[in-house]
Amino acid sequence: MGRLRLAARMLVRDWRAGELQLLAVALTVAVTSVTSVAFFGDRVNQALTRDAHQLLGADLLITSDHPLDPRFSGEARKQGLASASSTRFISMARRNEASQLAGVKAVSEGYPLRGRLRIAPALNVADAEADRVPGEGGVWVDERLALALGVGVGDAIELGASRLTVSAILTLEPDRGVTFFNLAPRLIMNVADLPRTGLIQVGSRVTYALLLAGERQAIDTYARWARASLGRGERVQGLDSARPEIRAGLDRAKQFLGLTALLAVVLAGVAIGLATRRYTERHLDNYAVMRCLGAGQRQLFALFAWEFVALGAIAAVLGCALGYGTQHLLSGGLSQFIAAQLPLPSWVPAAQGVLLAFVMLLGFALPPLTRLGRVPALRVLRRDAEGGGDWPLLSYGAGIAALSGLVLWQADDVKLGAHALAGFAGAGLAFAVVAYVALRLAARAGRFGGVAWRYGFANLRRRARSSTVQILALALGLTAILLLTVTRGDLLAAWRAKTPPDAPNRFILNIQPEQRAPLAQFFRDRGLPPVPILPMVRGRLAAINAVEVSAASYEEQRTKRLVEREFNLSYLDVLPAHNRITGGSWFSARDRERGALSIEDGIARTLGVKLGDQLTWVVGGQTFTAPVTSIRRLDWDSMQVNFFVIATPPLLERHPTSYITSFHLAGRHAQVMNQLAQAFPNMTVVDTSAILRQALAVMERVVEAVQVVFLFTLAAGLLVLYAALLATEDERVREAAIMRALGASRGQVASAQRAEFIAIGLLAGVLAAAGATGIGALIADRVLHLDYTPNAWIGLWGLGLGAACIAVNAMASVRAALSRPPIAALRAAE
Amino acid sequence: MPGEAVAVVGASGSGKSTLLGLLAGLDLPTAGSVHLAGVDLFSLDEDGRAALRKRLVGFVFQSFQLLAPLTALENVMLPLELAERDDAEAQARAMLARVGLGDRLRHYPKLLSGGEQQRVALARAFVVEPKVLFADEPTGNLDADTGAAIIDLLFELNAERGATLVLVTHDEMVARRCTRQIRLAGGRIVNGAR
Repeated sequence: MGRLRLAARMLVRDWRAGELQLLAVALTVAVTSVTSVAFFGDRVNQALTRDAHQLLGADLLITSDHPLDPRFSGEARKQGLASASSTRFISMARRNEASQLAGVKAVSEGYPLRGRLRIAPALNVADAEADRVPGEGGVWVDERLALALGVGVGDAIELGASRLTVSAILTLEPDRGVTFFNLAPRLIMNVADLPRTGLIQVGSRVTYALLLAGERQAIDTYARWARASLGRGERVQGLDSARPEIRAGLDRAKQFLGLTALLAVVLAGVAIGLATRRYTERHLDNYAVMRCLGAGQRQLFALFAWEFVALGAIAAVLGCALGYGTQHLLSGGLSQFIAAQLPLPSWVPAAQGVLLAFVMLLGFALPPLTRLGRVPALRVLRRDAEGGGDWPLLSYGAGIAALSGLVLWQADDVKLGAHALAGFAGAGLAFAVVAYVALRLAARAGRFGGVAWRYGFANLRRRARSSTVQILALALGLTAILLLTVTRGDLLAAWRAKTPPDAPNRFILNIQPEQRAPLAQFFRDRGLPPVPILPMVRGRLAAINAVEVSAASYEEQRTKRLVEREFNLSYLDVLPAHNRITGGSWFSARDRERGALSIEDGIARTLGVKLGDQLTWVVGGQTFTAPVTSIRRLDWDSMQVNFFVIATPPLLERHPTSYITSFHLAGRHAQVMNQLAQAFPNMTVVDTSAILRQALAVMERVVEAVQVVFLFTLAAGLLVLYAALLATEDERVREAAIMRALGASRGQVASAQRAEFIAIGLLAGVLAAAGATGIGALIADRVLHLDYTPNAWIGLWGLGLGAACIAVNAMASVRAALSRPPIAALRAAE
Repeated sequence: MPGEAVAVVGASGSGKSTLLGLLAGLDLPTAGSVHLAGVDLFSLDEDGRAALRKRLVGFVFQSFQLLAPLTALENVMLPLELAERDDAEAQARAMLARVGLGDRLRHYPKLLSGGEQQRVALARAFVVEPKVLFADEPTGNLDADTGAAIIDLLFELNAERGATLVLVTHDEMVARRCTRQIRLAGGRIVNGAR
């Protein structure tokens, strides 16, 4: 007990003496950075788990892109399960001149089996749980749809070819689900009214679902049976697989944020190492004195260990509290895309934060501290009694091990973690090598300057190691700033500019063969330019070079899903505009005779398909095989209709075909959409400009979240800079004193130090500009797929920021060096 | 002998500090043994010697060796705290009052003069009631007047507390005040006369 009390007192005393602040701040920044992301991720996870039942609206869900075989409901009856069905698609709802794209769900009696819909008898009045589904001839619309169409309860709306009456306002639809793009206004109708709408046609994008609920055991039995009986395009969704695409998307976002957060941790670790080193240096004598006073090795070690544990605990608690506050910033923007109400986070992230604090102390603070344990008491009599220096391998090894563990833990994926580690290490090493070499060159160049410059640059070389650390830290911090300002703006601008202003902003799907001529006429009548109407046939990839293809053939989840689904195939004689052949050649007359395929290069890579491969397709129950004779690159940003796979016409012509087109609709032609919906009720018009706007909004939110996390990186970078400066401060003060004693003027001393700082600031600025440009180019290439022209000004920005950051530090340091008369500084340094 | 004062004198490099280090168990001998209060020091391990120092030994150094982050009071409390004594603060206050620094309790070492710092060091050495006090050139960093005052105080305290004083010095005046002088040259005792 007495020992703990003494440790607490030592903590207070060291804190008062200013020995621990830097360490505490660095620890707090690291914990805050990681816990803010962890708290956010935890809330999202909880929301997904909590809402899983409601998200499904059932205990088990069978979904399909075609009407489900009756044996699925038959088996459910046999197992004594309750069942209901839903049919989901997107369509235009109209009233008079107004029209609005809506997410339609046609449901059977009993829907939903889990959770409840809530409805209100009018707009802006209290809602209540609905105890049944809309009756025949009635629909429930949500507030957005009601406002867009200007309808209230009792008004009629048109949906496809049918007229339905709004019988309630839909206020809550729990299984609407977690999706970034599920943004269309909602409409729920009775499944009995569906045939009359005439909306379900060949090629329509419809999701059929069978909802099931019952005893746990019966559900499990059914699920096993269903998984074994699944046909093409059919899936079983249980609670564990609810919304896998959202879970995967959020997991990726969490990983990315987590790794960004770790950048701050890495820097904080360096700051902790530097701060502890300084602490150790300053306590070597004290330690020896205490040994003289009779303190045992173990007693002293325990004393310092407890002191650091207490410090770690305080920093961890503070960091967790700050992290909890910061996660509101992260989830505030993103939660609107996830769920109405995020649950409160659990204590797990806090525990992780505490763990992190101690791992960092163990990895970065303990190694320098062990030096204290080896100081002989004799040091009080003879200063040269050192008791062995650092154990560099231990210091660096423990830190690197701790960091590697953290990165792998945060990435939650060995491969990704290893990549991130390699990325961190590679970037750090590259920066360090460049900085080190540049320092030596600068020192050489400095020989030609005046005394002050010569001396300052010589210092750079002498302190090459600590100078490199300073440059590295500052460069990483500045890279974060530049990325968030200059690079981010450039990328967004380039991304927006990529899509021309007259690019198509509407897609029309579900055009039936006999509607092609009337549709062309419709455009002509309104003085609109003609649009290309392209055929589309749905087919499934069955084999590559006679080897059967299934989800099990691929590792990646995305590829698995891609293979399970039907592709949209087209057949054309002419290569569409915006397509570029990168391998092979476009269909020749001979190809046309024999049958051939052209495939998009991205999907070819994903599926592992090469030029000349024989692909086997199943279309409408029939099979055909044809060779790949060309590989195309598409300009997706043109917003034109694009196809992954195009066949020679004779291969597909005889199969059920629907058509698709895209066009640009100027704002002044808005009423065209209503007329179109009235003239062709079965067609689906997709407003891609709205989707683009939404995508942009989501991207902005993610950028905001990343920005918040990058702020920690910056803070940690500044801490390292400060720690590195402090580490050399004692030395600088003594050197300044010696120079003064030798007759140097204050100005000369100041400019020598200034030369040193200017070089550090400028080097860091250049490196940061290079780093931000490199990362920007990587994002442009890998994520946004656009050509990125680096900003010519970024170098100047980097230099300016580097100089500004270092100037503040330099002024402080120079003032410290010159604040005391030389003799005092020399004595203190004895 | 309790209350006895032994001066170790000799020129620079004659081995005074080495002898002191050995006597206090801070350094290891290549041959021979040291008995402190009847215990063979080098039959103990480092921690054992530290425990023995805690019970029996006080130190005063030429460069004071006060802990910079600690106030005068805390510096004096430290050895008591290391011994896990509950009355550390009261004892330390009394001791500082005895050395004339009752009004300097909250001062940090760097705010104290050299003489004051050495008084704090004396207080720290005597507060644990040591059986043996090792003093290594206690006046080496002080001017003559201050040094004399410190030596007076050292002898006073030694007489009061009945400790055995081992004083390393090259000040003959100081050495002569001791009951015994041991003169070293080239690492050997050249006279050990009473």
